[in-house]
Amino acid sequence: MKKIINDPKTVVAESLRGLAAAHADVLRVEDDPAIVVRVDAPLDGKVAVISGGGSGHEPLHGGFVGQGMLAAAVPGAVFTSPTPDAVEAAVKATTGDAGALLIVKNYTGDVLNFETAGELAAAEGLDVRSVVIDDDVAVKDSTYTAGRRGVGGTVLLEKITGAAAERGDTLDAVEALARKVIGQVRSIGVALTAPTVPHAGEPSFDLADDEIEFGIGIHGEPGIERTAVVTADELVARMVEAVVTDLPFAEGDKVLLFTNSMGGTPLVELYLAHGIAERLLAERGIVVERRLVGPYITSLEMQGMSLTLLKLDDELTELWDAPVNTPALRWGV
Amino acid sequence: MACTAETLAAALRAAAAVIAEHRAELVDLDRAIGDADHGENMDRGFTAIVSALDSATPETPAAVAKLAATTLISKVGGAAGPLYGTAFLRASVKLGDAAEVDGALLVEALRAALEGVQARGKAVGGDATMVDALIPAVSAAEEAAGSGVAEILTAAADAADKGAESTVDLVPRKGRASYLGERAKGHMDPGARSTALLLRAFAEAAK
Repeated sequence: MKKIINDPKTVVAESLRGLAAAHADVLRVEDDPAIVVRVDAPLDGKVAVISGGGSGHEPLHGGFVGQGMLAAAVPGAVFTSPTPDAVEAAVKATTGDAGALLIVKNYTGDVLNFETAGELAAAEGLDVRSVVIDDDVAVKDSTYTAGRRGVGGTVLLEKITGAAAERGDTLDAVEALARKVIGQVRSIGVALTAPTVPHAGEPSFDLADDEIEFGIGIHGEPGIERTAVVTADELVARMVEAVVTDLPFAEGDKVLLFTNSMGGTPLVELYLAHGIAERLLAERGIVVERRLVGPYITSLEMQGMSLTLLKLDDELTELWDAPVNTPALRWGV
Repeated sequence: MACTAETLAAALRAAAAVIAEHRAELVDLDRAIGDADHGENMDRGFTAIVSALDSATPETPAAVAKLAATTLISKVGGAAGPLYGTAFLRASVKLGDAAEVDGALLVEALRAALEGVQARGKAVGGDATMVDALIPAVSAAEEAAGSGVAEILTAAADAADKGAESTVDLVPRKGRASYLGERAKGHMDPGARSTALLLRAFAEAAK
């Protein structure tokens, strides 16, 4: 394992120190428990949109803290959900009378810890709601599994609900909007290599040079299927097929297409894949109206990518276009 | 022999040493089917329990268990933090204000811990989780209820070992391993393994 670190135990804390130094105009980092909050928090009269989860997915979530997006982010240890007291600290640091919406990705640990945090905050009289995002089409949603994972759609959900909160929507409205976005966003991911968690010191799964994992999550867990390396055309076609047929997306639908690097795939390959996805969607009569391309929800240094489609309407498009000023997303300001 | 606050604290310190010793093994088990953090998280939690015990002297077994519960919930994260935290919290409530825990009360506390884990994690036997070690452990403890603390814990640890072994052949239905479906077969559940390790450490400490 080669990494630019001092000690696996201090990776997250040292990284947060750098984040704070690099973006002191938009956010600040508080210690013990570690949370990332908007520089102008607590928010007066606006809903605080808060998210969090294991570290190692940067820029998710700390990179999305700022005007027009998250009020606070709660980073856990690498690939480990944060503890309830850390989530509660983020709620207290940002939430006023308008209340807070917690965005939770569907992983057992995240759900358990955020659930407990919500109960703690409610016991203190704060109006806190939570939504669970589960956009990964690779996982069968069944009562016999933990259900679909929350993956790329999380970034779009955080942007859109953050914009609604910024314009002054009520907690009821922001929560309803979040449920709408969750209902119409779908994702799929692939891995070409496994990531190495600093404290584990070796790759999270073994993958031969001529193999890929199809249907991965964001935690270095193996995918649902291991297949041979194929061309980009074949790979992206399979990914588009998996996403489009799930909702399903239909001819004439307007969508946002999000092509995401899992951390180790360079932009030259990512744009290549994005171009293929645009062409395949056009062939199906699906209209790509907005795009996001880059590493936004990653899995350490894992090579791989994910595709996310969000069905748009006028309201969602307007909220996507609304000004945002965070370390990782910035426009209109 | 009955268990006092002092002996429970000593058992937790022994458990912390066992977890530290098996940290890499738990990471490897988790690496196979999950995200390779279970050993690290458990080690972080139990190291924090030892620090907490160094700076506080809880006076009843229930207070020791509660200290362990709050430490695990606030230091571990993931699924293990809330699940093990709930187990110790429910056991603590059952122990009440007793100064000493005898075999009968211990069995009740173990039963309460199991019920707490199941309520929080919504797992049943056969899902390939820590519950597959805990259910047989509690049943074995109940069968041994007439004997002493050390005998009950040894019976529970023996059953937990077998329960953990049984997860190797199961298809996981909870937690991150469930995403793998059939591909996760052939691997022991890391949570079941850590449960078995903890019960063994308690049993050894009680001797």
